[in-house]
Amino acid sequence: MIEIKNVSKTFRAADGSVEALKNVSITIPDGDIFGIIGMSGAGKSTLVRCINMLERPSSGSVEIDGCDIGKLSDAKLREVRRDITMIFQGFNLLMQRNCLKNVCFPLELAGKSKAEAKKRALELLEVVGLSDKAKAYPAQLSGGQQQRVAIARALATNPKVLLCDEATSALDPTTTNSILELIRGINEKLGITVVIITHQMSVVESVCKHVAILDHGEVVEQGEVAEVFSNPKSLAARRLVFPERDSDWLNAKEVTVHV
Amino acid sequence: MFSNILSSETLNETWQIIETQFPIATWETIYVTILATIFAIVIGLPLGVLLVVGEKDGVLPLPSWLLQTLNVIINLLRSIPFLILMILVFPLTRAIIGTVVGTAASIVPLVIAAFPFIARLAESSLREINPNIIEMAQSMGASPIQIIVKVMIPESIPSLISNATIAITTILGYSAMSGIIGGGGLGKIAINYGYYRYKYLVMLAAVVLLILLVQIFQSIGTHLATRSDKRLKKKS
Repeated sequence: MIEIKNVSKTFRAADGSVEALKNVSITIPDGDIFGIIGMSGAGKSTLVRCINMLERPSSGSVEIDGCDIGKLSDAKLREVRRDITMIFQGFNLLMQRNCLKNVCFPLELAGKSKAEAKKRALELLEVVGLSDKAKAYPAQLSGGQQQRVAIARALATNPKVLLCDEATSALDPTTTNSILELIRGINEKLGITVVIITHQMSVVESVCKHVAILDHGEVVEQGEVAEVFSNPKSLAARRLVFPERDSDWLNAKEVTVHV
Repeated sequence: MFSNILSSETLNETWQIIETQFPIATWETIYVTILATIFAIVIGLPLGVLLVVGEKDGVLPLPSWLLQTLNVIINLLRSIPFLILMILVFPLTRAIIGTVVGTAASIVPLVIAAFPFIARLAESSLREINPNIIEMAQSMGASPIQIIVKVMIPESIPSLISNATIAITTILGYSAMSGIIGGGGLGKIAINYGYYRYKYLVMLAAVVLLILLVQIFQSIGTHLATRSDKRLKKKS
C-alpha cells in the first residue's frame, strides 16, 4: 500500500517560489491500477517522483507498506527503488546498449551475475513480446517497441510498484492500447500495483480502477473511476470529462449528468 | 635564395635528409603524440567527469570551493601559451625524466598542456547526455559511481572518441612546436633545417608529413566514433 500523506512541494526559483503540490493525500491499495490525471502543470510528474523520492517533498510523507521512505538512508533508498520502478514518456533507454543489455541494466545495478541477468532479461523480453529484438539497438525500434523494452526493464527486479509517467503520451492510439493491455496483463498476472500519470482521459477510462484528479497541485477529486467520471463534482474534473462543453456550463454549480 | 631551391643539388641533398632523418622523426612524433594523449586522457577524463557530476545538482555534488579550484586550475593552465608552458615546467620535467631535452622530455609539457583541454572536452561530451537517462538510472537505484561508469561514460562514447580525436590532432601540433626547445620529431627537423639552415624543401616535406598524420588520425577517429555509435544503426 502506498500512502501519500499531506505532501507539499515548493520549488524555489530566482523569481520567487512555485507551489507544485499542496497538501496532497492519496492512498493507493495493493494490486490497484491507480490513475493520476490532470492538465499539464498540475503537478502530476512531481507527485509521481515523490513516490520514489526522485523529488523530496517539502513537507508530508510517503509510506510504502508502512515504511516512511523519506527517512531512509541513500543506500537503503536505492534498495527500495528496486521495488518501485518507473517507465517514462521518452522511454529513456540506454541508446548505446542493445535491448537485452538494457533489460539487464537494473539487474547489473543490483549486483546480479551476468548469466543470471541475461536469463531473466530473455524471459522478460518474451513477456513483452520482443524476444526477436534482443540484439537490436533502441534506435532500430519503433516507439511502442521501445516502451515494451522499458517495461521489461522496469519488471526486471520484480518490483511491487510500477510507476508510469505519461508512458503512452508519445505513442499513437493503437500502440497506446497495446501498451495499456500489456500493463493491465502485468497487473493481473504479477499483482504489481500500477500508478499511471496521464493527461489522457481515455487511458484512465480503459485501465484504471481508481483515479485522483490533480489541479494546480491539489487533489480535487478521487475515487473509483466510474463514479468520478459519471458524476464529476469539481470544475477541473468537469473540464477533463467534458472538454468540449462551454465554460458557462462547466461553471454551473448544479449539474445533472446522464451517461 | 629561391632561385636555387629546386636545383638538382638541393633536391639531392633534401632527399638524403628525408631518407636518413624522416623515418625516425616520424616515429618519434607519432609515439610522443600517442603517449602524451594517453597520459592526458588518464588525468583529464576523470577531471572532466568531476566537473559535470560535481555540480550543485549533479550526480555526486562536490563542495563548491573544490569545484571552483578545479575550474580555476584548468582555466589557468589552458591560458598559458604552450611555448612558455614548456619552459615553465622545466623543473618538473627534470624531476620526472632527468633531463629537459629530447623526445621523452617533451612528453611532460605536452601532458600538462593537454590534460586541461581534455578535461574540458570530456566535460562537454558528458553534458550532452539526456538528463532523463540519468533520472531513469536513479529511479532504478543506481549509485553515483554506477551512474558514471554504467551510464554517463558508455552513453557518451561516440562523442568522447570524436573529442579525443580533436585532442590528438592538437597534441600533434604541440609536439611539433616542442622541436623548438629540444623535443624530437618532425617539428625539430622542420625548425632545424628550415628555420636555422634555410632548407625550405626539408621544412616543406616535414609539414606535408605532419598534415598527412593529422589526416590519418582524424580519419581513424571519425571512423571509430561513427562505428561505435549505436544510434546510427539502420532499422532492420
